[in-house]
Amino acid sequence: MGDRLMNNNMYDVIIVGGGPAGLAAAVGAVDGGAKRVLIAERDISLGGILEQCIHPGFGLKHFGEELTGPEYARRFIAQVKEKGVEFKLGTMVLEIGDHCITGVNSTDGLFTAYGKSIVLAMGCRERTRGAIMTPGTRPAGVYTAGAAQRLINRQNTMVGKKVVILGSGDIGMIMARRMTLEGAKVLAVVEIMDYTAGLTRNRVQCLEDFGIPLMLSHTVVQIKGNRRVEGVVVAAVDPATKKPIAGTEQTFECDTLLLSCGLIPENELSRECGVALSRITSGPEVNQFMQTNKEYVFACGNVVHVNDLVDNVTEESLRTGRAAAQYAAGTLPKCDKEIPTVPQGNVRYICPQRLVPNADARLFFRAASPAKNVTLNVYAGENKIYTKKLIRINPGEMESVDVKAEAMAGVDSVRVEVI
Amino acid sequence: MLKTDVVIIGAGAVGSALAREFSKYRLDVTVVEKNEDVGGDSSKSNSAIIHTGYDAAPGTLESQLVVAANPMYDKIVSDLDVPFARIGAILPAFNDEQYEQLPALKHKAMKNRVYDVEYKTGEQLLEMEPQLNPEVRGGLYIPRESIIDPFLFCIGMAENAADNGVHFLLGTKVTGIDVENGAVCAVKTDKGQTIQAKYVINAAGLYCDEVASYVGKNDYYVNPRKGQFYILDKKTSCRVGMIVLPIPTKITKGKLICPTIHGNMLVGPTAEDLQDKTDKSTNTEGLESIANDIRKMVPNVNLRDTITQYSGLRAQRNPEGLNIDMYDDLAGYVNISGVRSTGLTGSVAIAKYVVDMLLESGMKAEFKTDFNPIRHGTPHFVELSDEEKKELIARDPRYGNIVCRCETITEGQICDAIHRTLGARSVDGVKRRLRAGMGRCQGGFCGPKVIEILARELGISVAEVCKNDPGSEMTVGNLR
Repeated sequence: MGDRLMNNNMYDVIIVGGGPAGLAAAVGAVDGGAKRVLIAERDISLGGILEQCIHPGFGLKHFGEELTGPEYARRFIAQVKEKGVEFKLGTMVLEIGDHCITGVNSTDGLFTAYGKSIVLAMGCRERTRGAIMTPGTRPAGVYTAGAAQRLINRQNTMVGKKVVILGSGDIGMIMARRMTLEGAKVLAVVEIMDYTAGLTRNRVQCLEDFGIPLMLSHTVVQIKGNRRVEGVVVAAVDPATKKPIAGTEQTFECDTLLLSCGLIPENELSRECGVALSRITSGPEVNQFMQTNKEYVFACGNVVHVNDLVDNVTEESLRTGRAAAQYAAGTLPKCDKEIPTVPQGNVRYICPQRLVPNADARLFFRAASPAKNVTLNVYAGENKIYTKKLIRINPGEMESVDVKAEAMAGVDSVRVEVI
Repeated sequence: MLKTDVVIIGAGAVGSALAREFSKYRLDVTVVEKNEDVGGDSSKSNSAIIHTGYDAAPGTLESQLVVAANPMYDKIVSDLDVPFARIGAILPAFNDEQYEQLPALKHKAMKNRVYDVEYKTGEQLLEMEPQLNPEVRGGLYIPRESIIDPFLFCIGMAENAADNGVHFLLGTKVTGIDVENGAVCAVKTDKGQTIQAKYVINAAGLYCDEVASYVGKNDYYVNPRKGQFYILDKKTSCRVGMIVLPIPTKITKGKLICPTIHGNMLVGPTAEDLQDKTDKSTNTEGLESIANDIRKMVPNVNLRDTITQYSGLRAQRNPEGLNIDMYDDLAGYVNISGVRSTGLTGSVAIAKYVVDMLLESGMKAEFKTDFNPIRHGTPHFVELSDEEKKELIARDPRYGNIVCRCETITEGQICDAIHRTLGARSVDGVKRRLRAGMGRCQGGFCGPKVIEILARELGISVAEVCKNDPGSEMTVGNLR
């Protein structure tokens, strides 16, 4: 009896999170040979954030066609079901232990499930008003863009009528268009940097096409209104210090302020179970198999570093699932001495942070600031193994480069440089 | 026409404590509160400290009541199921000037009969609080300074009072007090009610001067003093375990850092005199001044880990000081004014003092034999043992549905908070009772779900769900 119960809770791979990363990891795990795979998802449906992203623009890279978020998710949900992946919905993982998770939901109650490998795919959360310290009152009507998106697209609930958006992240720009389409007036998208944080195509399709003013090098310096937002004060900032410039304040009367000021990988579970996190990405430090410092714990998608394209998440997560299955089977390549990846010049970070030198790797990286006519150089040790001219590079758009195992033989690091 | 024995104006800490104290007697008691929820204005936005009164001005009513109140808390919080901890406070001196003030501060504590205040050396203080500025010379240790959940404290007292028969008229503002033959006889409200009453207690805090003016007893005015605060993430790198207080200057008691009862760090407050009683905004200058001052005591404090900032108004009065007044020419009226930063602590003693004063002056009230002092709070799901968790979910599966992921709050808890006595009616009501939305995502994930649950459980449309009071509607309603 005890054994049978145990067996019932035993998996090759357990995946925490059933969004785009978790779904692709599950597909990858089955393709990689895992027999029993479990997804624990906290929402009432699979698909994660894609379920509320009803706009098109997904899948151009992975499927070669343009899909909406829910359509993109459907393709993976269908595969996951077809491949016999088990999943628990409405399930919160409270703790990750030694090769196990403790979860809770309304049907199983509190339960433990054991996995030979565990994949972290919890995604990210939005930076809040408190985190960016916007002064003023604390009325209703201040929402993060994603929360507003959920209310509108999944809960059929409109958040406001006259809107200012702080931050030009992708969700913010998409919500500027979405609010406009639902009859709200978007007065401005205000961005503290001198460039947009999100994709260029979103700036064009969501703001320019709808005539929504974009105010670069500006920020919200005060929120007004005691009960509901009555207005926000916007001021220009000094591009160097990012401090508001006195005398440039202008008040926008509005009932809603949406925030799209960055995403933060959600790693409370990771941290508590002893996974080492990067100070730059706020996500786990991984090697090219997306393996963390705890060798049975893998991570993929926005929990590792915030992506701009779901297609990249899918590609990374398929690999992660496969690696997790290989680890469960004891066939994952191993190496006693991993080597670091080192960002140089205008490179803010590289993911993965570590490489197993005897296996090929794809490196994702982001620029620290926008630049034109630059050179990308990749060095293995002192050898320049790749170089390319780039017409422009933008922090809002992730870049990638492949490195072959042969190139890494005997070197002590791989460096990526943009100058 | 409504008829009651006692009207209490205001359901902040003092009003709620009064309600509970009066509910020990066979009296008909009605609390009239302008906000939609109990818990007041100042009572919910403060440093959440239960003081010892060591630094009060000796000999004053404020000193007497605060010093008396502190020992009462162990029993109250256990009866009312309110999170509370006696973590103690230190008062470190970092230079000669500060160091030289210590004897006077200790002497003041003795005069206030706070006899357990002790000297500590710099080394001892650093051992107690390793994050202190290592230049610390020495200081005082005040062991009974404590922290509390200020929301649940007020809500707990009000709930328990209601369970013992007190009526609460929420979202109702007192607009006048009728006087007849030198005695109060009724209270008028903005809902058109006239409530006949023998006794009227003005516990209106910030607005007590306006209420006093209804009976011509406005020989003072309230001069709101704003305090701004930061709340830091539970995971912030630099933590203190006790309340770290600055040595006061002539101008201000200064800014402190301490843990909250739920494990966040609290940093603040400023002290800014205002005219506007509704100005609870934060501003960059205030927040920056906190950062500068706190770094002198705790250099590594990481204010980038802030999850929210807020401000509250102390109901300071001019002339200064806590005053509890009865008037020879106005029988049945009690005026409480000058309930400032010590008000949260003092509330329970103020309530006993007022009831005793009325009994002394001839109020007829029989002590109840069936007063139930116990309040059972909503189960804290995350703090239960595995067995208790399983049992709770088996009994009510909604406890298996985690709605607020940052603070691990379940749907079962939210439904309980809505349906219990004086239950939550708004997003803030849920937040203050349970902490759903008080974590690091600040309601980004649970907010939309809480709106849905409130609408469903209260049988209202989503458009009617408010953040707190009417006018603070969260959304404009369904799209189609």
